[in-house]
Amino acid sequence: MQHTLSNASKAKTVKSFTRNNAIYRKRRLVNLFNMGASMATMAFGLFWLAWILLTLLRYGLEGLSPAVFTEITPPPGSAGGLANAIVGSLTMTFFGTLIGTPIGILAGIYLSEYGSRGYLAPATRFINDILLSAPSIVIGLFVYEVYVLSVGHFSGWAGSFALSLLVIPVVVRTTENMLRLVPGSLREAAFALGAPQWKVTMQVTLRAAKAGVTTGILLAVARISGETAPLLFTALNNQFWSNMNQPMANLPIVIFQFAMSPYEDWHKLAWAGSLLITFSVLTLNIVARYLGRQKTQSH
Amino acid sequence: MEKYQNTPQLKRQLLIDTLFRNSTRFFAFLVLALLVGIMLSLLVGAMPTIRQQGLGFLTSTAWDPVTEEFGALVPIYGTLLTSFIALLIGVPVSFGIALFLTELSPTWLKRPLGIAVELLAGIPSIIYGMWGLFVFAPWFGDNIQPWLIDNLGEMPVIGFLFQGAPMGIGMFTAGLILAIMVIPFIASVMRDVFEVVPAMLKESAYGLGATTWEVVRNVVLPYTKTGVIGGIMLGLGRALGETMAVTFVIGNSTIFSTGLFDAGNSIASALANEFAEATSEAHLSALISLGLILFFITFVVLACSKLLLLRLKKQEGRGT
Repeated sequence: MQHTLSNASKAKTVKSFTRNNAIYRKRRLVNLFNMGASMATMAFGLFWLAWILLTLLRYGLEGLSPAVFTEITPPPGSAGGLANAIVGSLTMTFFGTLIGTPIGILAGIYLSEYGSRGYLAPATRFINDILLSAPSIVIGLFVYEVYVLSVGHFSGWAGSFALSLLVIPVVVRTTENMLRLVPGSLREAAFALGAPQWKVTMQVTLRAAKAGVTTGILLAVARISGETAPLLFTALNNQFWSNMNQPMANLPIVIFQFAMSPYEDWHKLAWAGSLLITFSVLTLNIVARYLGRQKTQSH
Repeated sequence: MEKYQNTPQLKRQLLIDTLFRNSTRFFAFLVLALLVGIMLSLLVGAMPTIRQQGLGFLTSTAWDPVTEEFGALVPIYGTLLTSFIALLIGVPVSFGIALFLTELSPTWLKRPLGIAVELLAGIPSIIYGMWGLFVFAPWFGDNIQPWLIDNLGEMPVIGFLFQGAPMGIGMFTAGLILAIMVIPFIASVMRDVFEVVPAMLKESAYGLGATTWEVVRNVVLPYTKTGVIGGIMLGLGRALGETMAVTFVIGNSTIFSTGLFDAGNSIASALANEFAEATSEAHLSALISLGLILFFITFVVLACSKLLLLRLKKQEGRGT
């Protein structure tokens, strides 16, 4: 300021001081309000989680009984369990993982170990991330078109194939990420000893990233064990025990069918099944995260 | 050198190496082929409908398996509307959660809360559906919906959205449940991108006397803009393709209606309900065409999301 302070400008300063105070108060208020809103949204999220889990516990425990694990799905009006659906789900999840995991790991190895140049690696990475979130029902349609139509009937194998297609992107993503965390000096040390690339990758790099890759597989298993949509037109459903070449009972679709029905007994079984699925999926999730955390801490 | 290359031992290793490299490349290629395969198979399956109806399929509201008249407008509208509601509710909530987890939460609470939000993503969608149908919809229909219909149904311009019977199920309920399901996905992307903001930038703003909100509004958000939009698109992609939760609560009506509380249909739920029972070729082909449309929309949305997130990553590498 060049000029000396006149009375007028003094008054102005005072005025702007009080105005600043008002602005300051407003800023504080806006901040307080928004931080409060942020906490409220956190509570909002937890509220739904709690509501859903409590509902599941309440109705699910009511429906649980030893018969759920020993008897097969009943016709409406009579007693029964979910044994064939539980076994069907486990079988298809097992084969889905078995088919999808090696493919995912090998593709992940390519992306991290060989994919530094060329068009294939960036393109695969991009497409893989899209497949990761692609609607699972479309995967079901694909397997229906390619496999079910050519075989002529729904089957447990078709269900497993659909699930394996969901496993692949998850495993590719985590394998690549985990292999990238392995320090390059480890690879160079192995190369310096004269080891060929495949030995370095399989016995040094992959082994160093074992915990992380396992985490990815567990997350993939958690994802597919709750999936319903891709099984709707691949595995379909079965009231009885079946082998992999027949339509196969599985928990998610039994739950879907039973919940949509008007029968009270079926609803009870559906709740019991929901409780089983949810808690096994959530346990898998927590175990996977625990493993992943150990991995990152040891580094 | 020449001498060593000719030893059988080395030759064998070189051979295995080539085999190994090419097999990993083959499986990487398989992932690409999978996408192309999905598109081709859907296109082949949709061919009869495309040939018969062309673009008219997109704008027709008919859906009658008996007379074999099919149109995609009702499920497309339902898919878009429910996803829009999901974003309208889900985005502010996810933003709040990400803000809480990165700026406000005490350190010891961060992990458990983060896990809790991720558990929300881990719950299978069929469970959301069952809970929505048996627990949430009746409660919503008894307690909230009548009030909304009484108070908002008479409003000019938007009033028509809130008219109808308080049944509990319908497109609004489906959108709300979708919102809960996409919150963890959007929140986790937002949280990740908020964490890449250099501490120096934030601290400078705090040093100038900015409040937490001002730091978020004027430093964090502008810095992470592309990433935040990428996260929202990812959530949108999830919401569009979600099947089971929507199938339970949307009401599965094939009649076109614009009200939020009316029963509707989404592409995924139409597929889930009708596909296994469809017998005529025209019906099957119409359903596969719906699948093709769904795949196309989600592909575009997810590709945009991915491109935006990649851009943020590049900017991050160049920054500071």
